[in-house]
Formats: sequence, structure tokens, C-alpha cells
Amino acid sequence: MGQTIVEKIFSAHCGQEVQANDLVMANVDLVLGHDYNGALTIDIFNELNKPLCDKDKVIFVMDHVVPSPSEDYSRLQGKVRRFTAEHEIKLYEMGDGICHQLLPQNGHILPGDLIVGTDSHTCTYGALNAFSTGVGSTDMVAVLATGKLWFRVPETVKIFLNGKLPEGVYAKDIILYLLGQLSAKGAIYEAIEFSGPVIDNLEIDDRLTVSNMVVEMGAKAGIMPGDEKLITWLKSRTDREVNLVKPDEDAVYKKVMHFDLSNLVPQVAKPHNVDNVTDLAEVIGAKVNQGVLGTCTNGRIQDLRIAAEILRGKTIARGFRLLVIPASREILIQAIHEGIIEDLLNAGATVLPPGCGPCAGAHGGVPDDGEVVLSTANRNFKGRMGNNQAFIYLASPAVVAASALTGTVVDPREVF
Amino acid sequence: MSMFGQVHKFGDDINTDYIIAGKYRSLSGDMAKMATKIFADLDPDFYQKIQPGDFIVGGENFGCGSSREYAPRVILESGLKAVLAKSFARIFYRNSINIGLPVIICNTDGIEAGDQLEIDLELGVIRNLDKGTEEKITPYPAIINTILSKGGLLEYLKSDNFS
Ligand code: SF4
Repeated sequence: MGQTIVEKIFSAHCGQEVQANDLVMANVDLVLGHDYNGALTIDIFNELNKPLCDKDKVIFVMDHVVPSPSEDYSRLQGKVRRFTAEHEIKLYEMGDGICHQLLPQNGHILPGDLIVGTDSHTCTYGALNAFSTGVGSTDMVAVLATGKLWFRVPETVKIFLNGKLPEGVYAKDIILYLLGQLSAKGAIYEAIEFSGPVIDNLEIDDRLTVSNMVVEMGAKAGIMPGDEKLITWLKSRTDREVNLVKPDEDAVYKKVMHFDLSNLVPQVAKPHNVDNVTDLAEVIGAKVNQGVLGTCTNGRIQDLRIAAEILRGKTIARGFRLLVIPASREILIQAIHEGIIEDLLNAGATVLPPGCGPCAGAHGGVPDDGEVVLSTANRNFKGRMGNNQAFIYLASPAVVAASALTGTVVDPREVF
Repeated sequence: MSMFGQVHKFGDDINTDYIIAGKYRSLSGDMAKMATKIFADLDPDFYQKIQPGDFIVGGENFGCGSSREYAPRVILESGLKAVLAKSFARIFYRNSINIGLPVIICNTDGIEAGDQLEIDLELGVIRNLDKGTEEKITPYPAIINTILSKGGLLEYLKSDNFS
């Protein structure tokens, strides 16, 4: 019987042919931890009191609350620093960037890999034709000790994205639109396999944006087939051999869906749910106090370029606060080289160090009561950015940059 | 063995940020303190309303969002004994099983805030003592039963390396 990409990856990691809904024990290629859940993971690992299975399968990243805003955070982070030093585990330090940027960017992910991480957006690497998904700290401990984890092989929903994306409409609009169509519970326990000309035409950065947000529909993974573009991108980042995993022609899918995106317009997710999605047109003119340009969804060089193009030589509205957080040190340096950072600073933006920034509400950029934030992040839950009296809207970098000019929601297609 | 307790009812799509907001992570060195902030963004006094043995009852997609294992941990730490929902987000579901918190898939439509429930996991039934109704529990697959019967994944790993 034909197999989906997901069934092929699990078969290769279980040493036997498996299919959807099988409960399996699979070998994990890489496990990711970060400063947000790291201390808990380490406590559980120490309680287990078993040796580390393979240090080369582990990466920790200091990205969530950096630099530390308090002694409590410093203690939690200190624990991660000491643990990784003691076990000679690879640690990306604060300022290096967000885990979901660093792992793809630095060649840690290959097509066909099976990766888990104590972060729900670990699903991002599906864009690189890998199977990756979020788990909790105890699951991570299981991998640290055994190199394995149990899974239910998910059923796959195939989503074809047809047509040609119009000007001024981006990867973020695609995934917001799909979220609105499928809802926050539209793909619980399922893997999504993306396909079609819209995906083929996206740059790798933009594919990562799409796969990043599949967890917002409840999906376990959002996997893409990979192509020459991906191979070229990976070759500049790793010396390891790249082998794409393609689905069989007769693979069995739970469902096949088709969307034509030729007439897609900019999208927005309104407070306080990720699937509260409408056309941007519905909220044009609404007052905004703060813009966030960054996060593991949209903090890549292409995102910063789009913002700089809109803001170059202009000034953001008086009283409006624009926070720019490049997703990694490499991206920040590239943005400096291209003059993007200078353009954004001249326009009145504030640049924060690479990392998660205000996304998870633990520091730097917490909004005031009643304020409206327009963010390129992936979640707009009440209280997400640290104040449950604030309102978060999610949109593309172009919408955030264009809106910064007036302090109200603006359609970026009218600014270019 | 049956569990008895009162219901705290929630709707669909209850995310882990609502269960324990990101800003309280600095308290994670002290789980008892962290637990006092359970559901604080939805109801600042929620912690005071919990009696040991109570249940959380949600709708669809309970526990969506962040993978933070603190979410099921603060539920256990607060004295709550189980979460019932029509469906769960997968990471929350795994995390709960892994730390020994029963997460029960069943039809929660008829259950209201304040109802007294009797839950028998072995027989797979939930009795609503106020409404006089009964719901069947969707049975767990074998691996989950094994993990739960050991008291969580950590205890399982202490005795067995996934061999
Ligand atoms: S940027 Fe936000 S969503 Fe992404 S890993 Fe960091 S906190 Fe999580």
C-alpha cells in the first residue's frame, strides 16, 4: 500500500513498515530544548538518574526570555547553562536567535529527519520535508535517556494550494486564511501535507512561516514535499547528504482539500483566537498602539526587507511603538549589511536582540491596559503578551509596517 | 476506584496560556506558588475556588497552544484530579498522561459548572450525580494505560527503557 511522507519517515525510524494510526516506538534524530521549559526538563532528567543517551542528538537554545529580566529567570537559565556544559550539549546562547530559526538556518534539519522539541512550534521544520513536532518536558527526558519516543503515526490531510499568490499577499496570509477555513481544531492529531504551485513558488523562508502555524489548527506536523529549491538552500548550510521524501502516488489520505489562492487578500486574526480570521479590509482604520515585527513566524530577512521597503525614508506615527526583533544573529547582521536596520531605526523603530521578544509575554514589550498590538507572531490569546487587558491582532510583516505609518490598520497594497 | 468531585466548566479551545500564563514562568522554581496563578487571566480568583478532588471540564480542543508542561502540572498541583473534554490538543494530552493526570475524552455537553461527578476509570463511566446521567469514557490505547498505571512516564522509564 502506498505511503504518505509521514508514514515513510516513521517507517524509516521504526525499522518496520508502519501506517497511520499505528502506535510506534521511533528513533528520534534530534531533540530541542530552550530556556522556557529547560529547567523543568533538567529537573525531571536528574530525577530519572539515567545517563544521557547521545549528546549529539540534543540542542538547547536560550531564546525565550533573553536577556534575563530578573533573578528568578537567571536562575532558571543558569541551570540550563550548567547542564549543557556538564553534558557537552550544544547550546545556542542568548542573542544567537530563536530555536525555530537556528535549527533550519544552521543545517541541523534534513529532509526525512524525525525531530521533537519542548516547543509547540517545532512543527516549523516540516517546511524542510522533515517530521517535527512539539512535546513536553517529560517526553524530552524520555528522548534524552533512550533516544526514542512513542508516537501515534498521524493520519495525513493533503492540502493543495493552487493558483498564483497576488502582489502584496504573503505566506502569513496563506496560513491565516487556512486557519480561518479549518479552525483551531480543524486538524487535531493530523499531519498536513502541503502541495501545489503556491508552495512550489514560495521561498524557503516563507514555507517556514506556513509550517510554523499548523499547530494553531491542532496539527501534529505540516510537511512539504521539498524540491530543487530546498536542496540548494540546504546545500549552503550542511555537508550532509540530502534525500527528499516523496509521497507515493497511491498514498492514502484522510482527506484531500483544494484551495485556489489567486484572489487571496491580506488576512488578519482578531483577538483573542488564532482562528478568528477575516479579510484585513474589515479592520482597516482601527487604532493600533504597538507593532511587533519578528518571532519564529515572521522574523526572517525577507520579512525585514518588506518592512524596510515600506518604511524607508518615512516616519512611524507619533505615539506608535514598533518593535523589531530579527529571528537570529545571522539575520540581524544581514539586515545591517543591507541597510535595513538603519532604515527601520530612522523610521522610529526599536530593535530588540534576536530571540522571542515580547511574543510569550514574559518581558520587553508588554502592552498597557486596553492597548492594541498588531503582531507578526502566531498567537493572539488573551494575556499572551503579558497583559490580559490588551488586544492582539496577527498579520503579515507588510501589514505591521504599513500600519506603523499611521498608527491605524492600513492595507499594505496601498502603501507600496 | 471512583473519584468524586465538583465541576469547573470551560468552553472550547482553552489554551495552555490560559491555564498558566507565560508571565508566571519565573515562578516555576516553586510549583505551589505557580499553581496559585492557574487560569488567572480568565478569572483572577480561580485558585481560591478549587476544592481538592475537583474536575476541569472543557469542550473541544482543550489544552491547545504552547507545549508547556507546566499547564497539566499546575492542574495537578492545585488539587484538581482529572480533565474531561470532547477533544484535547495532542501535546497537552501527552503531557497530562506523562505526569499521571487523567485526561478523559467524553461528551461534556450535559455537564454544568458545580455538578458533582463520580468517575470510574476502570469501568470507563462518568456519573453525573446532579443530573442522574451517565457518559461512557473513550478507552485508552494500551501504551497509555501502561504509562498511567505506573503513575506517569517518568516512573515507567525508571523501570523500563522503552525496550
Ligand atoms: S517566537 Fe513566540 S511562538 Fe516562537 S518560539 Fe518564541 S515564544 Fe514561541
